[in-house]
Formats: sequence, structure tokens, C-alpha cells
Amino acid sequence: MKRYDLIVVGAGPSGLSAAIEAAKRGLKVTVFDENEKPGGQLFKQIHKFFGSKEHKAKIRGFVIGEELLREASELGVKVTLNATVIGLYQDKEIVVKIGEAIHHYKGDAILVATGAAENVVTFEGWTLPGVIGAGAAQTMMNLHGVKPGNKVLMLGSGNVGLVVSFQLLQSGCEVAALVDAAPRVGGYGVHASKVARCGVPFYLSHTIVKAEGKDCVTGVTIAEVDKNFQFIPGTEKHFDVDTICLAVGLSPMSQLLKMSGCEMEDNPARGGQVPICDEFGRTSMEGIYVAGDVSGIEEASSAMIEGRIAGIAAAHYLGYISGEELTEKYQENQAALQGLRQGMFAPENRGKQIERTEEGIPISMSLLKKGYIDEKEIERFPGVSHKAGIHPVMECSQNIPCNPCQDACPKKCIKIGSKITSLPVVDESAQCIGCGMCVASCSGQAIFLVREDYEPGFSTVTLPYEFLPLPEIGDKGYGLDRSGQSVCEAQVLDVKSSKAFDCTNLLTIKVPADMAMRARFYAAGK
Amino acid sequence: MGSRIKKHPILGAPEKGKKVTFICDGRTLEGYEGEPIAVALRAAGIMKHRYTKKEHTPRGIFCAIGRCTDCVMVVDGKPNIRTCVTPLRDGMKVQTQYGVLPEPFAKQWQGGKEHEKI
Repeated sequence: MKRYDLIVVGAGPSGLSAAIEAAKRGLKVTVFDENEKPGGQLFKQIHKFFGSKEHKAKIRGFVIGEELLREASELGVKVTLNATVIGLYQDKEIVVKIGEAIHHYKGDAILVATGAAENVVTFEGWTLPGVIGAGAAQTMMNLHGVKPGNKVLMLGSGNVGLVVSFQLLQSGCEVAALVDAAPRVGGYGVHASKVARCGVPFYLSHTIVKAEGKDCVTGVTIAEVDKNFQFIPGTEKHFDVDTICLAVGLSPMSQLLKMSGCEMEDNPARGGQVPICDEFGRTSMEGIYVAGDVSGIEEASSAMIEGRIAGIAAAHYLGYISGEELTEKYQENQAALQGLRQGMFAPENRGKQIERTEEGIPISMSLLKKGYIDEKEIERFPGVSHKAGIHPVMECSQNIPCNPCQDACPKKCIKIGSKITSLPVVDESAQCIGCGMCVASCSGQAIFLVREDYEPGFSTVTLPYEFLPLPEIGDKGYGLDRSGQSVCEAQVLDVKSSKAFDCTNLLTIKVPADMAMRARFYAAGK
Repeated sequence: MGSRIKKHPILGAPEKGKKVTFICDGRTLEGYEGEPIAVALRAAGIMKHRYTKKEHTPRGIFCAIGRCTDCVMVVDGKPNIRTCVTPLRDGMKVQTQYGVLPEPFAKQWQGGKEHEKI
């Protein structure tokens, strides 16, 4: 039986972060993961992350995964893959299945960072081939380069449903509709808006009646539900699709902890069966720690910080660091974690209907019902203003912890201030030079450069564009409004790509002057 | 239904192993070494992986991360292989799984009771 100071179960964002912090402090650390590749779900995350610099904001998830792996390997952390931990016992002993053999290890401390599994909803036909989890769609297209289907219906408007819908579009799939039984969009408005402006219709208060097809999915019927989630007869709608994607939440994979004898609780706010733990990730079993989704569903950014805290706590538990160092590092990381747990989507606001922003501005109801901000609502947000010459228009309408735009502008045109959740404001005294750094830096793709007075009768709009084929200068097509409706003819004046933009291309289109505040996407002419 | 992404706007061209052939229910198909069998099948347009023992209804990929076991098939003669987490190798023999066997149910009955063959 081999011994380690710290055994980490799961090589995802929290497990790797914990291993890194512990190894930095001299612990002998090993990590087991049941998958063929490390990184957990990070390598499927191809969007830019939210937050601030310390949370690795505006860096794409898979790049964060590469950074974590590099750091872990430099510190000598051993990651064993295709290794399924099948037992966790008292005295911190584990058994691991590697190939056809069972191995036995003992840790002086154990960190369980097993993450979460996708939830399922059932309906007639849900077992048909073609009904898949949203995670499965991500795995197929982002890890293995295969489209899960050609025409997809997405169930679930939380961040996973929204982000994966956008990724499906980026992979060249058609998304026929985004459906959710809830009356309001669950995820970030900016994620919804970038899907809606591509023309994907949102059906809130709707859910799936049945998946159709004999051998595999050939269609789907949805219908509206009342406030008790009962179908309303006569509201059925049919779509010809070959794939139905389910994004209906996650549940912690906490079985190992239960098995080890940790005190557990059923906590819907944390996603289901979770271990009872303190702010250091300590469970009721001495020396067994938890971090990441297994101790409560959040997202990768907070999982990394929780992992760091648990890794440091384990180092202290085994006598590698002093109590002072523990306190100091804990406070530092806790502050970063609190930074992420603010705003409208903070854990304490889960399930609450927020009517106004922190600034007192009424929330866009259209955004919550249809996925985009209505033209009548857009002007009330502080990032949306008018002035002569080129200027940024920030369609950021919800308080979420994110501020890369503020640092991106070399001319300091954009102000968020010290409160990371505040809506961005245009500083009228600063002069925009049209560099587009803010457009590319916005993880929510909610910033546009607008020049209302480009030439008599015409304006220009510069928008973020992450699709192929990339339009070319001179191309003629259509300007789409926030709902994805074609509203005018548009000509491509410029296409900017740069390493600093990190695959977000900036497309500048010329549109009729009255479309400067309406056209927000471009579709190639047929 | 699926097809391969040639170039992705963020990820570029997918990195793949060498091209190999494998046999699925007697058909010779192409895939890339090391990618999950299920991915190669989806790219070849194959959706059905197995039929359930009780209801004889079809199943395909569901979770794609080795958790749900919906995508199991008979691979090189061995049943219940999770195709979504089993890497493709050159010359592999992949068969639709009926219950736990590679023969359609009608054939299984001709050859005696199902449980006698396991």
C-alpha cells in the first residue's frame, strides 16, 4: 500500500487547484481521475470566463485548463488517468480501479473533488437515440470535433443551456429553439442575447411533450405550461430536429463521501446530496476535504478558489504551514470567492425574482422572456449612450461579477468602479479611438462600437463575431436585430482579427443610420 | 446524423490520430485512432448502439462521459463496452448489442434461451 500526504480524487478545476497549492507547500500529492484526459469539464469550455483578473476573466476555459496542468506538472504533482476511485474508507484509505486491477492507497489527507453529473428530465421518447445531455454535445463537438446533430432543440435556459446553444451554433449546427419550463431565462442575460441575436427563438414556460421518431429522434413537440407546470392544451408546437439536448441542472457526485461516513445533507440550494463542510472544505471526517461542485453546484471559477483553500487547509492540517499562513491565504482566497458570489446570480439570490439592478434600473423583462433586450428598454442602461464619432455601446443590463472591459480600454472610456458587479458606464470625457479592445474583452459579447454619423444616412456597427466562415471586406448581407430578425441591408467595411482579441473577430458593418441602435449581428447574403 | 467539424472558429482544426478502419455490424467504416468509438460512429451517421433486453427499444449516446452506459456495444466480442470512453483502434470489431448479445433477438430465440448463451 502506497502512502501520500494528500490524495486528490478528480483532476478538474478544483482538484488540480488544491493539488497545486498543497504541492507548493511541500506535500507529496497524487491525483486520480477516471477520465482519459485531465481538466474535468474545463476543456469543453470554449467561452471567455467572467470575473476579474484574479478569477482569470476573459480567458477561455480550455486555456485555463492548460495553465493548471502546466503548473501542476511543474510542481511534480502526479496525475493518474483512467483511474476510478471506487472506495473511500475510514482512516483515509482508498481503492482505485486502474485497468483491470484494484490498487490500494492511503492518504494522510484526502480531497474529494469529483464534480457533478447532469440531471435528466423524462418525457415520452426521452430514451431515443438523439436525446443527449448538453455535456455530451460539448464533449462531442469541443473535444472530439464531431457535430452531435444537424438540427438541435435545447431544453434549459440556465448558463449551460445558453452557452452550449451558442457552441452548437459555432460548430455549425442549427438550433431550432431554446425551451425552458421556467417563466424566465435562468442564466446570464448576455449569454441569452448572443444566442437570440443569431435567430434562435426562446420558448419560456414551455417544455417537451414528446420526442418523436421510431429508431432515433426525427422531431419534437413542445407545449406551454401553466404556473403549476401543467401542459396547456392547444399550445403544442412541432420542430423537425435530429437532436434534443438536455441542460436541466447538475447534481453533486458525492457518493464517495457518503461511503466514507461523512455527514451529508439534502440541500436543494447546493444541488442535492452534499457533505456538510466548513469554509475550508473540511467535512465531518477529520482529514477529508471537499471542493468544487461536489460540495455545491457553482461554476469553474469558484471551484478553483475552493480547491485552493482546501489545498492550503490540508497543508496546515498536516503541519506544513503555520496557522498564520493559513489565515492569511484563506482571507485572500475568500475575498476572491466573495467577489464571484455577488450580484443578481449570487447563491443567496437563487430563485428570487430581481426587479431592479443595484443601480435601481428596472430589469429588461424582454431579456428574461425572449432572450434579448427590447429596443424600448435598451436606452435605460448606463452603458448605452449616444455621442458624435465612434463610441462603445455596452448592452450589459444585469449585475454580474465581471470587469475586463474596464481594464481593456486604453483610453479609460469605460468605468465600472470598485464594485465588480456594477453596470459599465461610458466616461463621456474620454475619447474612444475605436480600437475594439473592449468588444473583444467582453466575455458576454455585449459591447459594440457604434459610429452613428459615419456618412450621411449611414452608421457603422462593430460587433464581436466568433463564427466561420468569416465574412470578408466588401461582402454584402443583412443586419440582424437583437432578436435575430433581418432588419436592413449591411455591408462589411472591416474585419479585424488579432492575437489580443483571442479568436473574437471584430466585424464592422455599414447600416442605414436608423439601424445604428438596432443592428447587432450580421448574416451573409444568399 | 453528426458530421465532422473541419475548422472551428475557436478551436481550429480538430487534432486527430491517424485514420483507421473498423468494422461495425459487417460494414467497414473510417475513424481516427484514439477517439471514442461512439464519436467515430456518430461521424459515420450511426445513432443506434444497442437494443434493451426487456423492451427491445433502441439506445444511443446519452452522456458521452462513461456515466450512463446507454451507449454500450459488443466490441471485439466483449459486451457492455462503453463506446463513449473506449478509444478506437485499427481493425476493431463493433457490433450492435441486443440485450447483452450481438445477435438480433429473433436469432437469439432460435438458438435457445437468452440466459443459456451468456
